[in-house]
Amino acid sequence: MIKMADISKSFSGNKVLKNVHFTLEKGEIHALMGENGAGKSTLMKVMSGIYTRDSGTIEVKGKKVNFTSPKQAEKAGIAVIHQELNILPHLSISDNLFLGREETFGRTGILKNKQMEKKTRQILLDLGLDINPTDPASSLSVGKQQIVEIAKALSVDAEVIIMDEPTAALTDREIDNLFKTIRALQKRGVSFIYISHRMEEIFSLCDRITILRDGEFVGERKISETSFDEVVQMMVGRELGERYPERNSTIGDIKLAVKDLNRTGCFEGVSFELRKGEVLSIAGLMGAGRTEVAQSLFGYKKLDSGTIEFDGKKVNIDTPKKAKEMGIGYVTEDRKSEGLVVDFSVEENVSMTNYAAISKNGLISKDKERKLYDTMVQRLGIRTSGPDQAAKSLSGGNQQKVVIAKWLGIEPKLLILDEPTRGVDVGAKKEIYSIINELAERGVAILMISSELPEVLGMADRVLVMHEGKITADIPKHEMTQERIMHFATGGGKLAVEDQ
Amino acid sequence: MQLKTSNQSVLQKIAPFIGLFLIMSIITILNPDFISVSNLMNVLRQVSINALIAFGMTFVILTGGIDLSVGSTLALTGAVTAGLMASGVDPIFAMLLGLLLGAVLGAINGIIIAKGKVAPFIATLATMTIYRGLTLVYTDGRPISGLGDSLTFQMLGKGYFLGIPIPVVTMIISFAILYFILKKTTFGRRVYAVGGNEEASILSGINADRIKIYVYSLLGLLAAVASLILTSRLNSAQPTAGEMFELDAIAAVVLGGTSLTGGRGWIVGTLIGALIIGVLNNGLNLIGVTSFFQQVVKGAVILLAVLLDRKKTT
Repeated sequence: MIKMADISKSFSGNKVLKNVHFTLEKGEIHALMGENGAGKSTLMKVMSGIYTRDSGTIEVKGKKVNFTSPKQAEKAGIAVIHQELNILPHLSISDNLFLGREETFGRTGILKNKQMEKKTRQILLDLGLDINPTDPASSLSVGKQQIVEIAKALSVDAEVIIMDEPTAALTDREIDNLFKTIRALQKRGVSFIYISHRMEEIFSLCDRITILRDGEFVGERKISETSFDEVVQMMVGRELGERYPERNSTIGDIKLAVKDLNRTGCFEGVSFELRKGEVLSIAGLMGAGRTEVAQSLFGYKKLDSGTIEFDGKKVNIDTPKKAKEMGIGYVTEDRKSEGLVVDFSVEENVSMTNYAAISKNGLISKDKERKLYDTMVQRLGIRTSGPDQAAKSLSGGNQQKVVIAKWLGIEPKLLILDEPTRGVDVGAKKEIYSIINELAERGVAILMISSELPEVLGMADRVLVMHEGKITADIPKHEMTQERIMHFATGGGKLAVEDQ
Repeated sequence: MQLKTSNQSVLQKIAPFIGLFLIMSIITILNPDFISVSNLMNVLRQVSINALIAFGMTFVILTGGIDLSVGSTLALTGAVTAGLMASGVDPIFAMLLGLLLGAVLGAINGIIIAKGKVAPFIATLATMTIYRGLTLVYTDGRPISGLGDSLTFQMLGKGYFLGIPIPVVTMIISFAILYFILKKTTFGRRVYAVGGNEEASILSGINADRIKIYVYSLLGLLAAVASLILTSRLNSAQPTAGEMFELDAIAAVVLGGTSLTGGRGWIVGTLIGALIIGVLNNGLNLIGVTSFFQQVVKGAVILLAVLLDRKKTT
């Protein structure tokens, strides 16, 4: 179907792809893996005509091609679904599907709305989605929006669909649905290139896997003939050992006790305790209210009622500033929109939470600022070209470490981590786990929201499961299983009730 | 930000200097009188009022805001100061009250925007009309003169210090202080942070509302300083003073390379931007371009500068 050979590409003298090979068969699901910065995205951008290669050849269906724009790639049947979906939330689903190639009465520019809506309905029904095409796209869940994106690709006769981290924002059930759709399309002969950091998904979905490291082709394997360990080793170029490092923490006194927290429309009756040195996880589906609880604990969103005790004292946290002064840190879910000022340098980002410590009478001490930066870079192993490197040019894993670094500077007593390893590669993931462990060992209370169940099982001392704004279970480590957590996350009451 | 990160942004930073140099060269070729010391002093004095406002506008735009009401703020503070002086209030006290009023009018903008969550464009469009209306009510639509002969007040617009016009000295001192604030203080850093990513700033424990109120107050204060200079030069306060000043100030900021979306830019560029506008005003006169056509040229230069800027960033 597609054959790429000896592809090289450099940016301002920096070689990001070195003689990379990639072949895609018709009707296969081909995973592309590698750590952040390994060159996956660049390779896909070369394939889809966003970048032009420096050297090498690309063949599509046996014919050599030279795409100079994404439009040309699209014509050749290659469609890309980016991690950030291309959905206009205020337009209807049908408007979105036909965006840019609307059907009109001749050349009048008058839209054939009825016809497009009918087609939309049919296309989506084919993909197992029964929705009203005139509803605004924003009324769909992220998972369904993803299906609309696939429908968009199919409606321009795409034969190859490139998906970049498609499941990052999906719930488990939505992932199941997505995979069903992908498999059905595979049977119709559509090929997929699937970029993801989630090993479990790749092993359950894909046929073959190509691995890149530092811009080089490392190898290609049939999924049925390889293992987690081999893939990880190929990606990082060394043995990584246990995915979840050991932790030797002693769980101490109660640090945080919340009782009956309520916020209309988000969560209700939330009560729990968190101890020093404990890693407490909150699991649940998207929209279960986990992030909202964290935001309220951090003073970012107002509580309607409920009490918060910090170190046994009743406190009222109404601004993030106050939370910070109490020693609460919050590593947000979305690092680009909530965690970083992307135009700031790494150093300036680290300083953002620490102005009090690096300044005197409102004047920033360059020395103190640099010292803080140096300490953090070393402590967290942040890989930068220097303190002045713009945060936006870091890889995802390093960006995440910068967000964590912001909060380590305040010496937090309680650290809230919202999806701390989303979109982060295996190597950096393990480093982040080690940081969490180190903090817990020092007695920091950790509240970790995570949608990745293996991560919850590997890291948490205890897990709270939320469903539709309520805590439905509180499970200690030795009783945790994925099934059990999913059961409560999907609203199952007693375990005897059959899973949905 | 701050002269670092990449070659591209360095180029972006020197672009205004190159533009200013080119414009000055062309005008000098067409009329060598332009480059005389006395004329350049003249240019600087003409620039000072716009520059003071544009400095404040830089802070506001860095936070991602905009202020259309500065011209009206200038008129109202000028009128009130002049009114107080004309009615016999101690001139120094009257001027201090004028400065305070400027800061308060700015703070009102800031509070509406930060606490009322009104888009800056809309909020200041409304206060632009309100402040102008209050000026007309206060002055009854007539200029206020008879401001007495307080030396301090007269010096402000007409005096010289070591041969340099006092308005220019005021501009330079203000520039130095504001440059220092942006570059070296936590406040300056927070201004960039709020404009760069407001949500991330709040979630880092920065009081973004307070920063916004401060920058609008600062702009109001600087507009009041500009109004004192203007009132002193004219020896009267005009109810229509400062009309369209907001646009010249915004133009200076944009010419200087500060991003209207906030978070990126610097005040040195604004100074150069204000100089470009001042040089154009003065130079086009000198080479005999009619005042009607001058507007076309000024607009075209602004457009060209922004277009070139776009090219570089993409």
